[in-house]
Amino acid sequence: MISNGIEDEDKWLAEGIAGIQHNAFYLHRALDSDNLREALKYAALLLSELRTSKLSPHKYYELYMRAFDELRRLEVFFKDEDRHGCPVVDLYELVQHAGNILPRLYLLCTVGSVYIKSKEAPAKDVLKDLVEMCRSVQHPIRGLFLRSYLAQISRDKLPDIGSEYEGDGDTVMDAVEFVLQNFTEMNKLWVRMQHQGPLREKDKLEKERNELRDLVGKNLHVLSQIEGIDLELYRDTVLPRVLEQIVNCKDELAQYYLMDCIIQVFPDEYHLQTLEILLGACPQLQPTVDLKTVLSQLMERLSNYASSSPELLPEFLQVEAFSKLSNAIGKVIEAQVDMPIVGVITLYVSLLTFTLRVHPDRLDYVDQVLGSCVKKLSGIPKLEDSKATKQVVALLSAPLDKYDDIVTALTLSNYPRVMDHLDAGTNKIMAMVIIKSIMKNKTFVSTSDKVEVLFELIKGLIKDLEGISTDELDEEDFHEEQNSVACLMHMLYNDDPDEMLKIICTVWKHITAGGQKRLSFTVPPLVFSALKLVRRLQGQDGDVAGEEVPATPKKIFQLLNQIIESLTVVPSPELALRLYLQCAEAANDCELEPVAYEFFTQAFVLYEEEVADSKAQVTAIHLIIGTLQRMNIFGVENRDTLTHKATGYSAKLLKKPDQCRAVYACSHLFWVDEPDGVKDGERALLCLKRSLRIANAAQQMANVTRGSSGPVTLFVEILNKYLYFFEKGNPQITGSVIQGLVELIKTEMQSDSTTANHASDAFFTSTLRYIHFQKQKDGPMGEKYGSIKL
Amino acid sequence: MNFIIGAFKSACNISVTFSDGRSRKQVPLKKENGQTVMVPLFQSKENITGTISIEPVSGKKVEHNGIKIELLGQIEMYFDKGNFYDFTSLVRELDVPGEIYERKTFPFEFSTVEMPYETYNGVNVRLRYVLKVTISRGYAGSITEYQDFVVRNFSPLPPINNSIKMEVGIEDCLHIEFEYNKSKRRESTGSGANTHVETETLAKFELMDGAPVRGESIPIRLFLSPYEMTPTYRNINNKFSVKYYLNLVLVDEEDRRYFKQQEITIYRLVEAS
Repeated sequence: MISNGIEDEDKWLAEGIAGIQHNAFYLHRALDSDNLREALKYAALLLSELRTSKLSPHKYYELYMRAFDELRRLEVFFKDEDRHGCPVVDLYELVQHAGNILPRLYLLCTVGSVYIKSKEAPAKDVLKDLVEMCRSVQHPIRGLFLRSYLAQISRDKLPDIGSEYEGDGDTVMDAVEFVLQNFTEMNKLWVRMQHQGPLREKDKLEKERNELRDLVGKNLHVLSQIEGIDLELYRDTVLPRVLEQIVNCKDELAQYYLMDCIIQVFPDEYHLQTLEILLGACPQLQPTVDLKTVLSQLMERLSNYASSSPELLPEFLQVEAFSKLSNAIGKVIEAQVDMPIVGVITLYVSLLTFTLRVHPDRLDYVDQVLGSCVKKLSGIPKLEDSKATKQVVALLSAPLDKYDDIVTALTLSNYPRVMDHLDAGTNKIMAMVIIKSIMKNKTFVSTSDKVEVLFELIKGLIKDLEGISTDELDEEDFHEEQNSVACLMHMLYNDDPDEMLKIICTVWKHITAGGQKRLSFTVPPLVFSALKLVRRLQGQDGDVAGEEVPATPKKIFQLLNQIIESLTVVPSPELALRLYLQCAEAANDCELEPVAYEFFTQAFVLYEEEVADSKAQVTAIHLIIGTLQRMNIFGVENRDTLTHKATGYSAKLLKKPDQCRAVYACSHLFWVDEPDGVKDGERALLCLKRSLRIANAAQQMANVTRGSSGPVTLFVEILNKYLYFFEKGNPQITGSVIQGLVELIKTEMQSDSTTANHASDAFFTSTLRYIHFQKQKDGPMGEKYGSIKL
Repeated sequence: MNFIIGAFKSACNISVTFSDGRSRKQVPLKKENGQTVMVPLFQSKENITGTISIEPVSGKKVEHNGIKIELLGQIEMYFDKGNFYDFTSLVRELDVPGEIYERKTFPFEFSTVEMPYETYNGVNVRLRYVLKVTISRGYAGSITEYQDFVVRNFSPLPPINNSIKMEVGIEDCLHIEFEYNKSKRRESTGSGANTHVETETLAKFELMDGAPVRGESIPIRLFLSPYEMTPTYRNINNKFSVKYYLNLVLVDEEDRRYFKQQEITIYRLVEAS
């Protein structure tokens, strides 16, 4: 049925075109023979094809264009009085004898164009007559096209300032009147189109109407091209008249399109100076008009205008652009009761963007916009609409993008209040945006008060929010979020230690509230942040004039102890252990022996009670050994206790190779290659001997279980340790001892030739090569190695 | 009655010359045979003067019982063709009975002639003015010659010249597609049972295309110059009338027509020049 309709239309169009072509043939013949009467007759017949009611606007346009081409030829003929011998004044009457209205008016417009050009009558009179006469066509489509023709032929003949058709007196006004009238009439016709035809075709009609909108809008474009329209004329006449028509037509489509047209075609300077008038019309429009887009466009244009030159800013201030826009938006929202919340927020986003671009220094404006938004949002508990949520995120992101500085946003009192209206999920997204902005711009948040506000803003990430079940959480998302929070911690910084401590305390307060599953993410950065502070204070320690100094390393270490302790509930013993060790090292550097000892004790307790996995134990013991090796603050007694424990634990590891390695690593605890380091060669050798024993045992165990001995890698490793201490001058390690060990390894390797292990072979070979290399050296090292006989 | 004359060759040529013939305005007049000739134009109460010239054919003498010239105002009904009703008849004797041997001229004069009606050529009726020259001959029948002329009278501005208001409304019909205005001429002849009314549409003129909204005013400009028109004639000598009407026609979507008719008076003003 629909396809039939289209086919029929094609047929009617074809018929119309054929009719035009047929009459055009006779018209051309009449023109060639300069026969005016015949020319008029066939022109009228040709134009009669435009009387059809059967075509959609699209097809009608095609027909119109063909007729238009023919009218151009006719106009050329009319211009040449020598050819037809009829003065243009008479011609103007003659064409009005045509019986049918539509051909008559097309002809009248065509002659009218010639008439104006001839200057035998003032342009304004002819134009007035034409625009009046065209009222006779009240059929929307036919009328629109006729008036569009009128606009077309007249646009270069308006009595504008500086135009050759400018007459005496205020003829610009006549030009304006003419265009305004044509615009008004066209708009009326256009609006009326929707009442044509049955209701069921409403959608189709709307589509067709939309196709015709530019015919109407073109008038506004013509108006904008009139030189003589200065600001005064625009403000006092043009704009009010156009707006009057827009408001009165009470048509959603027209109002939206034409408002947009005004904004697009007239200069920004005019908009700025007539803001009140333009905005005043907005609340009067139909409640369904998409004003948010219209106003957004306006604000965007104005902000572009403002940024085009800094000298324009005083103008914006003078006309109070911001408060006018802000008021207008308020009124529009009030007037459009059914506007969805997303529309409301979009409007505020636009206003905010405008403010940020035009008045970046006016934080009070920004806060005011946010405040209005809060007021509007307070009616509803939480946003459900995802689009609206997106807009709120846009609203909140805008200041961040602009100021590159979250600190600025933190001073906006309404900022967190807007965030409160987001659902938990979006709140998190927004929090992420905030964090990313901080990270991107490397903004340091430098006071505990600001940190307080910031954590309030990102609380979605810091703690569990109501209404979100933990089951729904995506593990990966959660990790990313918490990692971001961890990153953020490093941006909380103040050079003043006291303030820095305050910041740390504030953060700690917040993250303890975050529940155990966040602690493993948030504690490490906080600990390191605190340790950083400790390092800064290190050296300037000591009671300064007996005053109560809040930030002392001791105090911080106390806090650190608390912080790390919180990990026990997670539980995350390995992490806690590492952190204790870090603290111990820092305490060592601060020369706080009891504190360092305490941390080591904590680490050992954890090792004993919590670290159960053998692999974790291996890692932990090596960490302990490594840290302990660097400690130089301990007295002999404390040191002995700790090293004793460390070696003890090393020997108790589950697997022999692990034991072996841990034990030979312990050798370093007794021989520290530093000027003040411990130099207990005997105990170091003891460790190495012990590890050799363990390696042997491992070898035998391998023999028992697999029937062949394991790789000799452990021996080679121990050999390397020997060589290290040998070089460092441990008197207990002699060339002969090394020689013996090399022999041992060689024997082991020969007996184990079946299961050659390339890695250990290579290791051993390169170790031997190293010995040779050292032997060949001149000086003490070469001499030393000389005692080794291979 | 003139058929006998037609059978014979006229014995003489008769011509009528108006004394101000050269300067007087000439207007076209459609003759019965369809030809258009240019004839002089007069108005009421003008003097009609001139000369009659009679020239016998090739030396023949014309014997007559007297020569006269008549100014006739005639109304001819076409249903009663050939039967002229004279509403004006003025006679001037030009010559006493005698003989004419050679070309002879007679001046004539009708002064301040009352010619209240205008020349009119209608569908069923014709009103004409004619100068009739008659050479009476006893046995051979009279020789007559006719000279037509046209009378047009000017009228003063009518005292009341209201704007014309016409309304066409359709109940329960919102959509009107076209509105036409037809200007009609209605010619009625005779009276009582014999009344013949002939209505002739002078022009169809489309006024508006599409359906207007309430309060919309549509300009109308109708040039009458292309149409052959006369002033309105009311009851000319109790014989006929010519009246003009504006007929407003409204055509709706389903091609139903609605009419409203209004008489308009057409009058002739003194030309400005």
